[in-house]
Amino acid sequence: MADTARDPPPELSDFQEVQDGEDLFPEPSATLESGPASLPADNSTNSNGSKQDSLFDDDPEDLFAEATEEVSLDSPERDVLLSDGPSPAITPITPPCSLITPHMDMFTHSSFDEIEEEEGGDSFDMNISVSDPEKVGDGMHAYMAYKVSIKTSMSLFRTHEFSVKRRFSDFLGLHSKLASKYLHMGYIVPPAPEKSIVGMTKVKVGKEDQSSNEFLEKRRSALERYLMRTVQHPTLLKDPDVLQFLESSELPRAVSTQALSSAGILRMVNKAAEAVNKMTIKMNESDAWFEEKQQHFENLDVQLRKLHASVESLVCHRRELSVNTALFAKSAAMLGNSEDHTALSRALSQLAEVEEKMDQLHQDQAHADFYCFSELLGDYVRLLTAVKCVFDHRMKTWQKWQDGQIHLQKKREAEAKLQFNNKPEKLQQAKEDMREMEGKVQQGERDFELISKTIRREVSRFEKERVKDFKSIILKYLESLVLTQQKLIKYWDAFLPEAKAIS
Amino acid sequence: MMQEGLDDGPDFLSEEDRGPRAVNVDLQTDATLQVDISDALSERDKVKFTVHTKSTLPNFKQNEFSVVRQHEEFIWLHDSFVENEEYAGYIIPPAPPRPDFDASREKLQKLGEGEGSMTKEEFTKMKQELEAEYLAIFKKTVAMHEVFLCRVAAHPVLRKDLNFHVFLEYNQDLSVRGKNKKEKLEDFFKNVVKSADGVLVAGVKDVDDFFEHEKTFLLEYHNRVKDASAKSDRMIRAHKNAADDINRIASSLYVLGTQDNTDLCKYGPTCWAASRFFLKVSELFEKTRKIEARVAADEDLKLADLLKYYLRESQAAKDLLYRRSRALVDYENANKALDKARAKNRDVLQAETSQQLCCHKFEKISESAKQELIDFKTRRVAAFRKNLVELAELELKHAKGNLQLVHSCLVVLKGNT
Repeated sequence: MADTARDPPPELSDFQEVQDGEDLFPEPSATLESGPASLPADNSTNSNGSKQDSLFDDDPEDLFAEATEEVSLDSPERDVLLSDGPSPAITPITPPCSLITPHMDMFTHSSFDEIEEEEGGDSFDMNISVSDPEKVGDGMHAYMAYKVSIKTSMSLFRTHEFSVKRRFSDFLGLHSKLASKYLHMGYIVPPAPEKSIVGMTKVKVGKEDQSSNEFLEKRRSALERYLMRTVQHPTLLKDPDVLQFLESSELPRAVSTQALSSAGILRMVNKAAEAVNKMTIKMNESDAWFEEKQQHFENLDVQLRKLHASVESLVCHRRELSVNTALFAKSAAMLGNSEDHTALSRALSQLAEVEEKMDQLHQDQAHADFYCFSELLGDYVRLLTAVKCVFDHRMKTWQKWQDGQIHLQKKREAEAKLQFNNKPEKLQQAKEDMREMEGKVQQGERDFELISKTIRREVSRFEKERVKDFKSIILKYLESLVLTQQKLIKYWDAFLPEAKAIS
Repeated sequence: MMQEGLDDGPDFLSEEDRGPRAVNVDLQTDATLQVDISDALSERDKVKFTVHTKSTLPNFKQNEFSVVRQHEEFIWLHDSFVENEEYAGYIIPPAPPRPDFDASREKLQKLGEGEGSMTKEEFTKMKQELEAEYLAIFKKTVAMHEVFLCRVAAHPVLRKDLNFHVFLEYNQDLSVRGKNKKEKLEDFFKNVVKSADGVLVAGVKDVDDFFEHEKTFLLEYHNRVKDASAKSDRMIRAHKNAADDINRIASSLYVLGTQDNTDLCKYGPTCWAASRFFLKVSELFEKTRKIEARVAADEDLKLADLLKYYLRESQAAKDLLYRRSRALVDYENANKALDKARAKNRDVLQAETSQQLCCHKFEKISESAKQELIDFKTRRVAAFRKNLVELAELELKHAKGNLQLVHSCLVVLKGNT
């Protein structure tokens, strides 16, 4: 069973974007589901998996428990999946098709523990750092190459420490591939860092000033966070595109990520169409969990945006404070110079020095504010859009299923009419059509249940990650605050005797 | 509008004593004449100060009495000193600045308009903040008016001034109106003439080393104090803005914490602790913000106000030097006139008396000016010392408080996870 699942349909030539809404599952993939023969016949009458509601109050059980084979790096199937253009929207190798086993089997797994992030005995241990931006090339065709260094003990990788050189469009390319493969299945794919034409142009032109350095630092940090988030996702880590990105020395250029390419324009058109579609889908939500969650994410989005805006304002004001403190320090030094009482003059100069140190302190604090806090919030605001996207896909899957049912009904009526009118040749065709439609409807229902289950799991993981992330960042931020206050105390302590010495 | 008594409000400036609020000046309190502002009321667009006097001097009918005065009456008193030729040789204590609540009032109004768009807690919080700000400005203006009166009362000559006694004692309205447009225009031209004149006079090299030194010193010092005062204001404003941001962050964290409370429960005990985490952090930020606001306020009081005051005082000292130089020029001109008269042998007596007058005036001014400038230096050094020491002590106090807060919060948070 596992082997048939591995074989991607070789003749799959119709690479279609998910948005088309057309038939996503040409004949060959039916083999994926044919394995478990004990599919109960009455599955199609299930509503949105409501049977499983009560059992999914806690986290779903470890769905990867049956995965024992790791992806071998040399397996031939990998090469087919590594594509340069828009990836085929086919089910990838992972997750294993044990997901498609009938609901009954699911229920017999008695462990509803929290989802482990262990895979095949390999616990997550990976450290990625992005560093050393290097300018390659000249003029408007120049780009920055970043060194991506990986340190890991996981058996998934050939070596334990290695590094590759990647450019920004490589990251975007990776994300676009992952998004097209996984988003529509309900996986929350971390969004890539944003493009910035202004920023990049400055760098290309070769301006070596403060703002372009800051831009590079910001981007470097964002790329690092992006990669860490991506590999922390147990499914994405195993994706061959990700592995190729991390390991291979040469990567084919991801041209379709350019903003003004034909692929880019196609993306924009599709996005617009999607937005219109979204508005017209009215879903019968029979699972309160999803409604609750969507509301929760809406609220979270609003709050995070507000918080992000406040933190950005804080960063701005602290930078202003730092600049003004430096100016004041100079002014105080001048005042000290012109003061003709010697002790007071000295004290004023000392004050100027203290203020200068404060300026540096404020700068450092602003730096911490920004990189710790503000960027994290920005990341999460963008992650939430990915979450919303996933919920939208679920709605679209539901819609497809419903449409299928309507078509099935029509075919049934057609068949009945033919039977009534006694037209045997057409009847045969109609019967075949109906069977085909039934298959599609069943598939649609399974897809819907699958995406619902995946989303539940993903959301649970997301929430845990979010809490962990926020906690660790806030703790780090608080520690930076402690440091600042300690330094403050040191400076003013040193100044006090000077002030007292004025006579 | 708000009616504020001095004793209301948060303990924002509780470190200040109730006695003579000699924030920027080191004054000996003299039992023969003690003046302070015991109360103040803020009405629509004016502030009413209750000036309270305690005196053993025979000039007054009673030993203790109070009157109500407004800002314009302080200005009238100050201007009467400036225009009095007798006081040409003294540093006239600088007039207190006009009470300016416009900015604060505007903010309060804007808050009122935006009431619908924020939660009740946010609104109450912001209102409290603005009220505290209003109160702080109010206390400052009271302090500055009081310092002016105390300086006059401490000055050996000015304290005997008749107008000053009327100001203190006359319990009716002084009917001093503010300057009308014509008078303001006259003032403007007077100032222009004065500064042009001042430039001319400043060019005259002084024979006396002491005064020559003082002239160069004061000129430079005044400019630098002006610069430092402006920059300190900007610095403190940025600090206040940052504190406001922390306030908003605290509110957002609080909402996040309470929201998460309901949702994360389902994910097990570790996640439920997360919402308590956010709430604790929100609490910390709330407290930190209060401390940051205090730091900004203390810096304002001890540093910015100090610099502002000495900006005004150094201007008054410059004015004194100007008057002296003016007198010197007049004296020299009188000398020349006398020589001319003697040469022509006409109106000699007149020229002689005029010359003697100028000489006498000049010498009188020079004598008192010397003492005044020495006193100015003493006062200045003492004030700076006091304020810098207090500034450092307050900064230390707040930083230690802050550190303790953050540290204990960290301990709690790390223990929980």
